[in-house]
Amino acid sequence: MPRQMLFVQAINEALHIAMQTDPDVILLGEDIAGGGGRKEQGIEEAWGGIMGATKGLYKAFGPERVLDTPISEMGFLGVAVGAAATGLRPVAELMFMDFLGVSLDPLLNQAAKLRYMFGGKARVPLTVRTSSGAGLRSAAQHSQTLYGITIAIPGLKTVCPSTPADAKGLLLASIRDDDPVVFCEPKSLMFTGGEVPEGDYTVPLGEAAVVREGSDVSLVGVGKTVHIALEAAEALAADGTSAEVLDLRSLQPLDEEAILATLAKTGRLVVIDEAPPRCSIASDVAALCVDRGFDSLNAPVKRVTAPHAPVPFSPTLEDLFVPSAQHVVAAVRSMS
Amino acid sequence: MDLSRDALLDAYRQMRTIRGFEEKLAELVTAGKLAGFLHLYAGEEAVAVGVCSHLSDRDIVTSTHRGHGHCIAKGVDVRGMMAELFGRSTGICKGKGGSMHIADLDRGMLGANGIVGAGIPLATGAALTAKLKRNGGVAVAFFGDGATNQGQFHEALNIAAVWCLPAIYVVENNGYGEATPTEFVTPVKDIAERAASYAMPSAVVDGMDFFDVRAKAGEAIARAREGGGPTLLECKTYRYYGHYVGDPLTYRRKEEAEEVRQLRDPLDLLERRAVEAGVVDADALRAIDGEVAAELEAAVAWAEQSPLPTADDVLRDVYVSG
Repeated sequence: MPRQMLFVQAINEALHIAMQTDPDVILLGEDIAGGGGRKEQGIEEAWGGIMGATKGLYKAFGPERVLDTPISEMGFLGVAVGAAATGLRPVAELMFMDFLGVSLDPLLNQAAKLRYMFGGKARVPLTVRTSSGAGLRSAAQHSQTLYGITIAIPGLKTVCPSTPADAKGLLLASIRDDDPVVFCEPKSLMFTGGEVPEGDYTVPLGEAAVVREGSDVSLVGVGKTVHIALEAAEALAADGTSAEVLDLRSLQPLDEEAILATLAKTGRLVVIDEAPPRCSIASDVAALCVDRGFDSLNAPVKRVTAPHAPVPFSPTLEDLFVPSAQHVVAAVRSMS
Repeated sequence: MDLSRDALLDAYRQMRTIRGFEEKLAELVTAGKLAGFLHLYAGEEAVAVGVCSHLSDRDIVTSTHRGHGHCIAKGVDVRGMMAELFGRSTGICKGKGGSMHIADLDRGMLGANGIVGAGIPLATGAALTAKLKRNGGVAVAFFGDGATNQGQFHEALNIAAVWCLPAIYVVENNGYGEATPTEFVTPVKDIAERAASYAMPSAVVDGMDFFDVRAKAGEAIARAREGGGPTLLECKTYRYYGHYVGDPLTYRRKEEAEEVRQLRDPLDLLERRAVEAGVVDADALRAIDGEVAAELEAAVAWAEQSPLPTADDVLRDVYVSG
């Protein structure tokens, strides 16, 4: 029986391995120890981060390597950049990606640019783990999918896994990468399960994966929308339409060849994204298909995305906001 | 005087180099030979040199848009700096950084910075590295009075205090944030008072006086090296050239800079004290003046003759890999 694990446990395991195998790896963020280590009060283990992704790490690696920060996202991300540029390999937890709003400068103007501005002398091996997307009924300021911002900043890499196995392998690859990586953890997937290989392995950055073979249409997703694509592919199969599903996994670098290859195979492509449509990965993929895959296209590229609106609170509205398999099936039918 | 003759001559040479470098740049801009914004450090030399006289390559500094002085005081090669400002491939950052991002990690110089206040958390991170690696190093953030109204200043000082990091925060209070007088935008009389919010020791320093800077920075740096945590030093200083080269200086009296030059010039003060103490003689200083002038002329000539970067350089060093 292959080993099953939750997404959040796979992340936790990757952090354990990264810290065991490299003494320069440190963790910092809000509540990541969460008051752990108060032995005098009988408390050795506490929150381990808002999602519990860092649970047990404080006990295993101690207060020097698992640092609770003040609620100062700009400050501690800046500290993480400075630490990364001088010899540590920090993994910072930005509790919700929405908090980029108060913390962007260290990523935008520092981490992304030091190496370039310094003529190649600096390395910034920083990983910023952050939870993205809707699904926890947490409304407009705790539900955004903002990787469109980080993808657009040269010097940063951006990753977003869809399975626990990839979460572990991509996180280890991100931490060991010498460039700054924004690692998006779709919050709607954090407590979903899957098979996770034992031991130390990496999934290379910049490589998409075909997660379902098909011949009539390509469905391209990332993070949560990979699961929406798989659900849609199942529904389409019942109709006799064979859909291929491509999981982008990395958004920068983007595996353009894998996108063009699946398009060449099927001639039709739908890209599905949790983010609103403007200046988005969905628009990037569509543009790529038109620009470099035009001869393969037998139908217009379709984008199935969240609308150009903030994420609403009401569960009824949030469910309407997030792209669904029904949207994808409708898009595919509209192409034929 | 606790300084040896050699140490004093070194300090004087660095201060003279900074002054000469900045005056040369002003000349080159006027002649239309340099591109971009230039923020000159002339008038503030005692701060960078006084603080950095306690540092070695393992110690990290972060700087500001007004960063040439910190580079020179930290030992960055003047020829490489000049070539950088000329946008040449021989520049210390291969022509990719320019004045506002000049850096040399081999000398522990983690960059000038075009974002006001952004170097402060970077230095704090460098101090975290020094603490966790137990390498005996410290990190110094230089920044202006204006940066102390940025959130990054407050967030970083708070973090450094709660983690007891070997960091020294050096405010160069030159009386103006760009064109706005400090008192228009800062309610405290002395910025050093802000350290109280972070239970951090602080001192007000005469930033025109090399000896005062050296003494107070020395205490702070020694405390940091011994595990005593961070310090905020407010160095009261003055910038001769205004915010940038070309600043119309409409916000200050015409005579103001001249008065400061006459009464408080940091090079004059150093010379007077050192000569009065009998440690050095004026002839030795004049010899240094000549050597520095020649070195700067040579740096300009070398920069002007250096090759320009090529199209391939646009995409080089965006990433380490991929």
